[in-house]
Amino acid sequence: MSRQNEIKSVSRRDFLRYTSIAGGAFVLGAVLPSMSPAWADSSEVVGSNSLNLFVSIDDDGTVNIVCHRSEMGQGVRTGIPQIVADELCADWSKVNVVQGLADEAYGSQNTDGSRSIRRFYSTMREMGATARAMLEQAAGQKWGVAVSDVFAENGMIVHKPTGKTLSFAELASAAGKLTPPQVQDLTFKTPDQFTFIGKPMTSVDLPDVLTGNTTFGQDIKLDGMLYASIERCPVVGGSVKTFDKAAPLNVANVISVIEMPKQSMPVLFKNLNGVAVLASNTWSALQGRKVLNIEWELGDNQNHDSDVYLAELEERIVTKGKPIRQAGDAYQAFDDASHKVAATYTLPYLVHAPMEPPAATAVFKDGHCEVWACTQTPQSTQQNVAGALGIDKSKVKINVTLLGGGFGRKSKPDFSVEAAILAQQTGKPVKVIWSREDDIQHGYYHAISAQHFQAGLDDNGKVTSWLQRTAFPSISWTFTGTTDEPQTGELSLGFGDVPFDIENISCETHKAPAHVRIGWMRSVSNIQHGFAIGSFVDEVAEKAGVSTAKMWLNLLGEDRIVDPKTQGFKYENYGESYDTFPIETKRLKHVLNELMLKSGADQPAGDNEGWGISVHRSFVSYVAVATKVKVENDKVSVLEMHSVIDAGRVVNPDRVKSQQEGAMIFGLSIALMGEVTIKEGAVQQSNYHDYTVLRMHQCPKIVTHIIESTAAPGGVGEPGVPPVAASVVNAIYHASSTRIRALPVSKHYSV
Amino acid sequence: MIRFSLNNKPVEIDVDPNMPLLWALRDILGMTGTKFGCGMAQCGACTVHLDGQPIRSCVMPLAAIADKEVSTIEGLSDDASHPVQQAWLEHNVPQCGYCQSGQIMSAVALLNEHPNPDDETIDNYMQGNICRCGTYPRIKAAIKSAAKSSQTSFNYTLGKNVGGQA
Ligand code: FES
Ligand code: FES
Repeated sequence: MSRQNEIKSVSRRDFLRYTSIAGGAFVLGAVLPSMSPAWADSSEVVGSNSLNLFVSIDDDGTVNIVCHRSEMGQGVRTGIPQIVADELCADWSKVNVVQGLADEAYGSQNTDGSRSIRRFYSTMREMGATARAMLEQAAGQKWGVAVSDVFAENGMIVHKPTGKTLSFAELASAAGKLTPPQVQDLTFKTPDQFTFIGKPMTSVDLPDVLTGNTTFGQDIKLDGMLYASIERCPVVGGSVKTFDKAAPLNVANVISVIEMPKQSMPVLFKNLNGVAVLASNTWSALQGRKVLNIEWELGDNQNHDSDVYLAELEERIVTKGKPIRQAGDAYQAFDDASHKVAATYTLPYLVHAPMEPPAATAVFKDGHCEVWACTQTPQSTQQNVAGALGIDKSKVKINVTLLGGGFGRKSKPDFSVEAAILAQQTGKPVKVIWSREDDIQHGYYHAISAQHFQAGLDDNGKVTSWLQRTAFPSISWTFTGTTDEPQTGELSLGFGDVPFDIENISCETHKAPAHVRIGWMRSVSNIQHGFAIGSFVDEVAEKAGVSTAKMWLNLLGEDRIVDPKTQGFKYENYGESYDTFPIETKRLKHVLNELMLKSGADQPAGDNEGWGISVHRSFVSYVAVATKVKVENDKVSVLEMHSVIDAGRVVNPDRVKSQQEGAMIFGLSIALMGEVTIKEGAVQQSNYHDYTVLRMHQCPKIVTHIIESTAAPGGVGEPGVPPVAASVVNAIYHASSTRIRALPVSKHYSV
Repeated sequence: MIRFSLNNKPVEIDVDPNMPLLWALRDILGMTGTKFGCGMAQCGACTVHLDGQPIRSCVMPLAAIADKEVSTIEGLSDDASHPVQQAWLEHNVPQCGYCQSGQIMSAVALLNEHPNPDDETIDNYMQGNICRCGTYPRIKAAIKSAAKSSQTSFNYTLGKNVGGQA
């Protein structure tokens, strides 16, 4: 609680401005520190000193808590209020969660990088404690007793000597007239006094989900709204040559056909070139789209072939690259080594495929635009919509709906931009509906990649040389149109931060130009780096004749803090201070040791069965995963998975557990079957039948262990993913002696 | 004009009989509890019951449902009191929630057919419902809880007068 945040009383109107609803008798606002995303420097950076977090108490005792982040299944609409309500000693049944509108005053609202809780934990506690102090003071004044004689409990202030009570409802107006105390004068609960933090509170949206009473981006309906479906150029950078405007208009209920504004590179979050069909319902728009008969000018990327491209990366990656972190002389030490291991790993393009395809609804009226969208990034949406319409962003209002999954796809506001353009052109409310085919074929793809690793060992099996290289098209290309190699932000995700204690080390990159829109996807470059490192440690362990767990412990070395900066790498550490969130080998070893203890992964497996493990730090949390598989008749079955996560202090253990379960399953989809291929510049897959994701019959038993910790909260949404793929291929190797270095597994076995 | 019964309430709509039921429910009747995930019977997000049988409404043309009984998530109960909804609550199943209407409708149908399903029966029955958030372990646990809590009869009654207006 050391930062000096300003918390002050504000007006009902302030509350209205940020939330679309009027505030209660008592409204507090606080300032959150501003921040910028850990990668993608061209995304918006917002700095602001205005108010951005709110709690308001109505005269009927309702406690409104603003959630300024997007809910996409991670439980943030429950987690944020849990923290504020705990310090406030509120009655949970009186807590009402209010979704914040897009406003730069919130600081970044980007719900990505697994940081919602980690960035706001302290401020939210201060907020709750401030409100509680003011209610206590108001009660003291009403009763004419010393504040030290009163305390808050379950939505009431209690007078200790007499036991009489006043509810928050009765005190709200009086408290609203007081001056908030200074942060340094606040008292905070000790962890053993927590009533909500650390408890598995049920999600605030759960009852509505169970009755279908939810509003996702796809569900918005406005009076007189048109439904739009857009045929986009199959190749990025291509454009419309000709199309049949009349044919769709002959389809019943089709109302208009509009060519999207022609865009050039960089792709940014602009619309893709194409033609929109607008109708009075989705089905008619889809029918109209089928008869557009567009002839395309396909452009430069039409020669992109992902198989050919990957073969080129594989050739390049075994040659010396551009060093980004070095110590000693890895090449000399490799030449001198008694035992040598080398391996190249590859991953295909991947796409997010959230269950809800992107959708946005926009209205344009009198120079103002209002948007309803399932977005992870309301401010970026605001800014990009304003840019596309040529209006000031103060004239753009963004309402965040529930998100039917995000995984990074909904951090890109391109679909809201499309809706806004069409709303401006038609003067009517327009909902742009992405079909599943649109989602699979026009995404912002997780980069295709190749990694090469080499290790040299001495006669005692000690690793004396470590060389690792990576090459993949950069997310920055999406913003620049020219970037052709991995950037520091991406290399900070599980590559340049390799935590090993080896005398001679070289981390290098290679060129990799981009030909499709590249974007971040759940755990981003940690996906390929976690896969490669986790696989290679298993290979090195085998060479040294020790268990994989032992090899990890050897490589991690003594308990220490690893600072990649000392070896020349400008490590970004997820935008966090290195003092609070250093790389601690102790915590990596601890999750690994716990994993071995809890999972039984060191026990012998049955016939044709094998265990595989991996460990990874990302988003300043630590995760170890053990997977057990059976390989029989050329088929891989995943039998069980265990994960151990150390994410510091955990606000809602049930939601952390569910995120871990989800991360195991997301990771299994990547490892077993995820693959987007590109021919002649166009994505070949189109729906869930050919871009397959894990289904229930492929889902193993999953056990999650959470390390109890009082350390600052780390990320939870993403860190479970990176170790999964390596644990799977390692398990397959131990079950079958077949080493898979090119994902997905479905290229080699049925799954 | 196509007539059918929606959650025990008669409806009639005048649209292209080739339009899949999903879009009629969502766009014409304003019943958005049934979700769109793929449009080609691959994901199960759009699952509803037709005369008590689970179907994928995204590939079911309106012409084929004339005079039949359709029930959707909105008709299961007004207050999440159905045993399957209660089991979902107990296991805190949903993450984003988007697939859950379809999952619940499939689970209700499964339990009507197999009141006490084993793992394999659950896997087989539920594999047409994708959950990209990965709630499968909890769905399975919830189905088993619901089976236990309603061992005797699992004939659910639909909520009355829950439905959209054309
Ligand atoms: S939307 Fe009908 S099965 Fe996917
Ligand atoms: S809960 Fe999100 S897709 Fe199932």
